[in-house]
Parts: sequence; structure tokens; C-alpha cells
Amino acid sequence: MLRFFHQLGSPKHFYRIAGSWIPWLAAACAVLMLYGLYQGMVVAPTDYQQGDSYRIMFIHVPSAWMSLFIYVVMAAAGAIGLIWHMKLAEVIAISSAPIGASFTFLALITGSIWGKPMWGTWWVWDARLTSELILLFLYLGVMALYGAIDDKRTAARATAILAIVGVVNIPIIHYSVEWWNTLHQGPTVTKFGAPSIDIRMLIPLLVMAVAFKLFYVLVVLMRARLEVLERERNARWVRELVEAS
Amino acid sequence: MGGYAAYVWSSYAIALVVLVANVMVPIIQRRKLLARLARRQRRERRQP
Amino acid sequence: MSTASLNRAFALLLWRDLLLAFRRRTELLNPLLFFVLVTTLFPLGIGADPALLRAVAPGIIWVAALLAAMLSLDSVFRSDFEDGSLEQFLISAQPLSVLVLAKVIAHWLITGLPLLIVAPLLGLLLHMSGASIAALLLTLLLGTPVLSLIGAIGVALTVGLRRGGVILSLLVLPLYIPVLIFAADAVATSGAGLPITAHLSLLAALLVLSVSLSPLATAAALKISLS
Repeated sequence: MLRFFHQLGSPKHFYRIAGSWIPWLAAACAVLMLYGLYQGMVVAPTDYQQGDSYRIMFIHVPSAWMSLFIYVVMAAAGAIGLIWHMKLAEVIAISSAPIGASFTFLALITGSIWGKPMWGTWWVWDARLTSELILLFLYLGVMALYGAIDDKRTAARATAILAIVGVVNIPIIHYSVEWWNTLHQGPTVTKFGAPSIDIRMLIPLLVMAVAFKLFYVLVVLMRARLEVLERERNARWVRELVEAS
Repeated sequence: MGGYAAYVWSSYAIALVVLVANVMVPIIQRRKLLARLARRQRRERRQP
Repeated sequence: MSTASLNRAFALLLWRDLLLAFRRRTELLNPLLFFVLVTTLFPLGIGADPALLRAVAPGIIWVAALLAAMLSLDSVFRSDFEDGSLEQFLISAQPLSVLVLAKVIAHWLITGLPLLIVAPLLGLLLHMSGASIAALLLTLLLGTPVLSLIGAIGVALTVGLRRGGVILSLLVLPLYIPVLIFAADAVATSGAGLPITAHLSLLAALLVLSVSLSPLATAAALKISLS
């Protein structure tokens, strides 16, 4: 077991091991997503209040969960990279940013589309949507900083600091936005988060959540492999790999 | 879909586009990178 | 290395930065002018109705303060980076985070504190009540140091970049949002004649948190930027 983790630290072995995982992850993710879609679109009953519009929840809610989850993973991986100088953790951290940003974007867009029939407008300064928007800005800041620094190792370390600062701030931002929302909005007519949820609605939600997690692992490994290849371009194993292809 | 079809399906379509793009970007970039490295190695072999 | 030498280094650095700033007095005025100018743009843009201005004044003044604080940030480490003294701080025997704190405090005294002097004037221009202006001053006193402290992290991350300005705003502005929310709401609440102790406590908590954490993050960021 220890030897396995040790090998994972070396770029060459990481590249090989991750490569062997990717097809399995892709298959599992695809199966789960299709099953979740079937459960969500066919099996789950129509909501008595929201009609069928609530079915957006099966992508909106998992996306929103992922957006926060990936930011925390990114900050944790960045911290590990900074403290123990693990290159692989740096690579994971920086590969996570675009994926997290796309989930945040997805949560915002689907939230807005869901809001149109529910609230009658495309955008409401709802606490959750606003927090999600700020989270998107935080992701874009991380990506912009990484792109702006030429030396990629320095860039990865600088973005790790930014991600850690961001993760400390996220609870504060979330709390302040909620405070602001309750004062300025009054009680919003929100139909999100019904107190009790039908089991047939809960199953697709959880299936989709797991599928999205697998999707993140899949894409982060693909991106990390690419990043490793780029960083190790002068190593012998990369040269041999290029020869072979 | 009880009148909500446009909202629901457009959400799922956007989700599909975003997810597919996430998978495609690293695949395309990897192909480009491998081609670039291969070119470089050919160049180096020709003039050592 | 004793506490005495640390205190001395802290005081010396603070004094040096203040002295350097007063040698270039005209630059001191720039953030202030910006603050006043941005605030005067709003009545021109949205109309001069006193009731409307009174309603939006807390938000306007605080957004202007945020932007003024952000634009002045670049000068925290810029000149020290260019003449190489930043590298000297890095290899000095004193902990970098303490030196960073001295520099940030100096920067706040130069660019943050003056905002308090013109803020009452802007309050009058926007028809704010006396109680609101008092609340505005209190929130500026508690809030602007937080802006300088958080901003220092962003500057430390971008100091080596040639075009760091736009990226700096992208990094720093989202982190300013809690200060904006609590401070602007405090001013609005006091305008309605309600107590603002809760807001002030929250701002003070943010200040304590950022004083204790941000110098560490800034020091770590500087070490990376200069490596």
C-alpha cells in the first residue's frame, strides 16, 4: 500500500496508473449518469408544486455541490503541494480549477433557467445564486493568476496560496451574503429544498451527485496527465512515449 | 413535461455541452502536445 | 534575535515607509482625489434627487472606498520590489510576516486613513444624516485596514508581473465583498435609526482575523513571487 502511494508520487508512474484508471472511470461515470437520467426523467414523479421544472434539480444541485467540493479539494491539494513540495499535488490543484469553474458556471446557468418559471425572471439576487457567482469569480481569479505567471512551478505555488486564502474566505463570504440577502430581500418565495423529498426524487439526485464526483476524478486525472507530460517533456520516459506514438 | 420542457431540456443540453467540453479539451490538448513534442524530437535528431 | 530587535525593526520600517511617502506628497493625494471623483460621478449618473441619493449613499461611498483602496494597493511593495529592498527583507533575520505587517500599516496610514477625512464631506454631498456619517466613519475606520491587509496578499502574488493591475482587481475584489456588505449595511441601518453594534462587531472580527492571518499569507506569497 505504501509502495503504491510512493509510486504515485513519481510522474512516470502516475501517468501510467492514471492512464489505466481512466477507461474504467469513464465507463462507470457514463453508466451512472444514464441510470440517473433514467431515474430522474422517467421514474421520478412530477412535483405537485413545481410541475416538471424541478427536474433541473438533478443537475443543478450536484453541480452546486461539486463547485464547492472542488474548491476545497483544490485548496487542500495546493496546501499539500506547498507544505510537502509534492509536485503531483500541485498538478492536481491546478487541474481542478477549470473543472470547478465549469461546474460553478453550470450551477449558475441551470439555477437561472430554473428561476425563470419559478420566480418569473432570469436572475434573482438569491443568497445561493449570489454566493455561486462570487465563487465563479474566485475560480476565474485562480485561473487568471495561473495564466499570468510564466514559470509554471511558481504559478502553481502562487495559485495554491490564493486558493487557500479563498477557502478561508468562502464561509465568511457565504455568511455575509446570507445576512445581506435576509435584510434586503425579505422572505423570498423560494420553493427550493422542499422539507421532505420523495425517495424516487432522492435516488436520481444522489446517483447524479456520485456520477458528477466520478466525472471530476476522470477529468482531473486527464488534465493532470497532460500537465505531467508538459512538465516532464525533457524526461526520458516522455521521449520514449513520444517515439512510440 | 407540463409546459416546462424548454427549460428542462435546455438545462440538460447546456450540462451536456459543458461536460463534453470538459472531456474534449484535455484530449485535444494532449494530441497537440504529443504532436509538438514529436516534431521537436525529429528536429533534434536531424541536427544533433 | 530578541523581541526588542523585532520591535525596533518593525518601528524602523514603519517610520521609513511613512517618511518615503511624505517625500512624495503629491502621490498621497491621488487615492483621495479618486475617492471624491468616483463619488461625485454617481449623482451625475443617477440624478440628484436627495431621497434617492440618501438611499444609495452608503453603497456608493463604500464601493468608491473599495476601488480607491484597490488602486492604491500597487504601491505597497512596488518600489521595494524595483529597487531590490524586498529581497533584503526576505533574507533578513526578522520574520517576514512582521515586516509585512509594518509595511501594510504604513500603507494604510498613508492611503486608508485620509479617506476618513474626506468621507464626511462626501456624506454631506449625498445628503446623509449626521448619525449615518458617524457610522460611515466608524465603518471606514474598521473596514479600510481589512482592505489593505487582504489586498497585500493580492499584491504579493502579482508583484513580479508586468501587467498585474487587472489581475490584482480580479483576485482582490471578491475577497472584499464581506467588508462591503457589513459596512454599507451598517451605514444604511444607522440611517434608519437602528443600532449597529452587530455590524461593528462583525467588522472588528474581520479586522482581527485579517490582522492575524493575512501577514502570514502575504509573506508566503512574497517568498514565492521572488523565488
